[in-house]
Amino acid sequence: MTVAVRPSHRARSGRAAVAVEALRLSNWLSRTLGRGSGTVAGGRVGLALDPGLLVDLTRDRKVALVSGTNGKTTTTALMVAALTGDDGRSVATNVTGANMPAGHAAALAGAPAGDDAVLEVDEGYLGRLVQETRPRVVVLLNLSRDQLDRIAEVRMLADRWRVALSPAIGAGATGRGPVVVANADDPLVVWAAGTAPDVVWVGAGQVWHKDAVGCPACGGVIGFGPGGGWACERCDFARPTRHAWLEGTGTDGTELVTAGDGRHRIDLRLPGWFNAANAAMVAVAAPLMGDTEDDGGGRGAAVSPAAALARMAAVREVAGRFASAERHGRPLRLLLAKNPAGWTAIFDLLDEGGPPVAPTVLSVNARTADGLDTSWLWDVPFERLAGRVVVATGDRRHDLAVRLRYAEVPCSVVADPVEAVDRCLLAPGDGDRSGAGEKTGRIDVLANYTAFAELRCRL
Amino acid sequence: MSPVTTSPSPLVVAVVYPDLLGTYGDGGNGLVLARRAAWRGLPVELIEAHSDRSLPMADIYCIGGGEDGPQVRAAQSLVAEATLGRAVEQGAVVLGVCAGFQILGRTFPDAAGHPHPGLGLLDVHTGKGTGRRAVGELVAITAPTAPRTADGKALPTLTGFENHSGVTTLGPGAQVLAQVVTGTGNGGGDGTEGAWSGRVVGTYLHGPVLARNTALADLLIGWATGVGGSSAALAPLDDTEELALRRERLAAVGEPGRGRLSRLLAARRS
Repeated sequence: MTVAVRPSHRARSGRAAVAVEALRLSNWLSRTLGRGSGTVAGGRVGLALDPGLLVDLTRDRKVALVSGTNGKTTTTALMVAALTGDDGRSVATNVTGANMPAGHAAALAGAPAGDDAVLEVDEGYLGRLVQETRPRVVVLLNLSRDQLDRIAEVRMLADRWRVALSPAIGAGATGRGPVVVANADDPLVVWAAGTAPDVVWVGAGQVWHKDAVGCPACGGVIGFGPGGGWACERCDFARPTRHAWLEGTGTDGTELVTAGDGRHRIDLRLPGWFNAANAAMVAVAAPLMGDTEDDGGGRGAAVSPAAALARMAAVREVAGRFASAERHGRPLRLLLAKNPAGWTAIFDLLDEGGPPVAPTVLSVNARTADGLDTSWLWDVPFERLAGRVVVATGDRRHDLAVRLRYAEVPCSVVADPVEAVDRCLLAPGDGDRSGAGEKTGRIDVLANYTAFAELRCRL
Repeated sequence: MSPVTTSPSPLVVAVVYPDLLGTYGDGGNGLVLARRAAWRGLPVELIEAHSDRSLPMADIYCIGGGEDGPQVRAAQSLVAEATLGRAVEQGAVVLGVCAGFQILGRTFPDAAGHPHPGLGLLDVHTGKGTGRRAVGELVAITAPTAPRTADGKALPTLTGFENHSGVTTLGPGAQVLAQVVTGTGNGGGDGTEGAWSGRVVGTYLHGPVLARNTALADLLIGWATGVGGSSAALAPLDDTEELALRRERLAAVGEPGRGRLSRLLAARRS
C-alpha cells in the first residue's frame, strides 16, 4: 500500500502522461460510481492508450516479480513487508487478484515515483512483465495444474517461462537480467529457470509431484527422494545445488539454512509449512533488492534475511486468507485453496493441530476465475477428511458431494455458504470435548477462489 | 488411492499411467469403478499402473487425459509392451478419455500435429483441429448404436467437460457412442461424441465421466464381471448425490440450448 507523500509517478512521454491521467480518472470514476475498486478498469484504459505503459511506469523503480501456481499473493505481501523500512518508505504493489498487466499499471500509476515495486504476476504474463518492467528480482515459487480450461498445460507454461528468462530475452533493454530466486525442489520451476544466467536456488519444498514426474528435459521419469531431492533416472536433470533451504517443519519450528552464513528461525503468524516456504523465498529475495554498494542502513540499503524475517513475522493475514473470524461466538478459520497442490497443503495444515478435529466447511465454485472444470476435485485427497463433520457448499457442492461419497467421507450439502457454516456450528467443535456439551470449538472453512471471496464478504 | 479390498479373485481395475495421463482428474474413473463394485460386495483391487513398470493384467483399464508430450510417451510405451491388446483379446474392458481415447485409436497427433501410431483398439483416427480448442461442458445423447445397459435400456444422456483440440473420425469398425447436444465432441462435423467397439470405449468427457454417468460405470463393471450378459443385473446403489449432480449440470448447460435438447429428446422418444 502506498502513501502519497511524495510526488507520484511522472511520465516521460506525452503519450504515457495522457495514459496515466486517463487511468487515474477511470479509477476515480469507477470508485465514485461504486463499480468496484476500479484498479483493473483504469489499468485497461491506460494500457489501451499506451500499450508500453508498464515500461514507462517502472523506468525509475526497482521491481520484484513474484509468480507461481500457489502462494504468490501471500509471498508478494511478505515481500512488501520485508522491504517496507523503518523510515516509513512505501512499496508499490498490486491489489489482490489484479495480477495481470491492467492491475500492475493501475498499482504503479497510483504509487509515488521511485518507490520499489513488488508485483504479483499471473503465470501466463510473466514473460511480458519481465520484458517490460526489467525486474531486479524474479521469485518463482512452484508450478502445478490449475485452471486447465484457461492455462491448458503447466509444462507449456514452464517452457514459456524458460524462454522469458533466457539471457537473450530476460536481459531486456538494459542488458542486465534479473536475479531469479527459484524453488529448487520443484522440477518444473528448475526447468523454467534453467536458462537464466543468475539464479539463487532455494529448497522451499514441494509436496505435489504429480505434474513433474515426466522429465521436462528428456521425457524420462523423475525420482523423488525423501529429503526433497530429485533426479531424472535417464538424463542429468536433477535438483541443483541449493544456496538456501528449509529445515524442520511443523510445531518445533522451521529454520532457513543458508549455504554461507547459517541459520535463521522462521517465526510467522501465518500458519503452515507452505507459508514458511514463502517466507524463506522472501528472506533470500528481499536482500537482493538493496543496492549492494550501500549497505550502511541508509536509503537503498539491502535488508538482511534476519531483518526481513522479523518484518514478515508481523503479517497476520493476507487479503483475508488465514484470517480468523467469528460466527455466533465460535471462531472460524478461513482458508483458501484453489487447486490440488493447494488443497493438499491446506490438509497438511488441518492435520498440524492433531486430533480432535474441527468441523469443516468446503465451498467450491467453478466460475471463470476458478476454472470451469471441477475434475481436479478427484486429484485432491479428500480421504484425509475422514472423521470430520463435513458440509459441502458453493456453486459446485454436488461435485464435492459426489467426490466425498467416493472418498467415503459422509457430508451434508447446503446450498448457501453461510448457512453451511451455521450447519457446522451445530456440530461439536474441537474444543468441546472437555466442556459440558457447550459448543465452543473452532470451525475450518476451506474454499476456492470466488467461493472464498464470497465467504469473506459475508462472514 | 489404495486398494479397496483384496480377495482370491478380485476385480482388478487399473488406472493406466497416472504419472503421464493424470492431468485431468480422470484417475477418478478408477476410484468410481472400484467403489461401485466394492459397495456391491464384489472383491476389488484398484491399481495405479505407473509408466516405469510393466503394465499389469487387469479386468478394467482406465486411460485418462494428459498433455501432448506425455501422451506420445504413453502411447509409445503401451504400443511397445502390447499388454493392453492382449488383455482386450482376453476380454478386458478399456475406457479411454481424451488423450486416452486418442491413444486407443489408430493415429493421433503430437503438439506439432505430426501423426503417431496408437494402439488400434478402436477404429478411429485423430488429427489436430484447426479451430479453437474445444473447452466446456459437453452434453451428448447416447446414440442408437451405443451399448445397452444390462437390462436392455439405452444409456442415459452423457454429461461431462471437454478440453481438447483433436478431431476424431470413426472408421467402419467403430460405433458412435453419442450425439452432441451441447459442446464439440469428436469435432469432425458429424456431431458425434466418442466411439466404442467390443468392450473398448472412448470419450472426450472429463468430470470424471464415470462419476457423472454412473450408468456407464455400471455397464463397464457388468461387462467385466459377466453380469451384463445375464438377467441378474448389478444390485442398484443409492445414487442420490450423483443424480443431483447430473440434474444440476444438465440444467446449467440446458438454459441456452433447452429447446434443442427437448427436441432431440422428443425425437428420440418417438
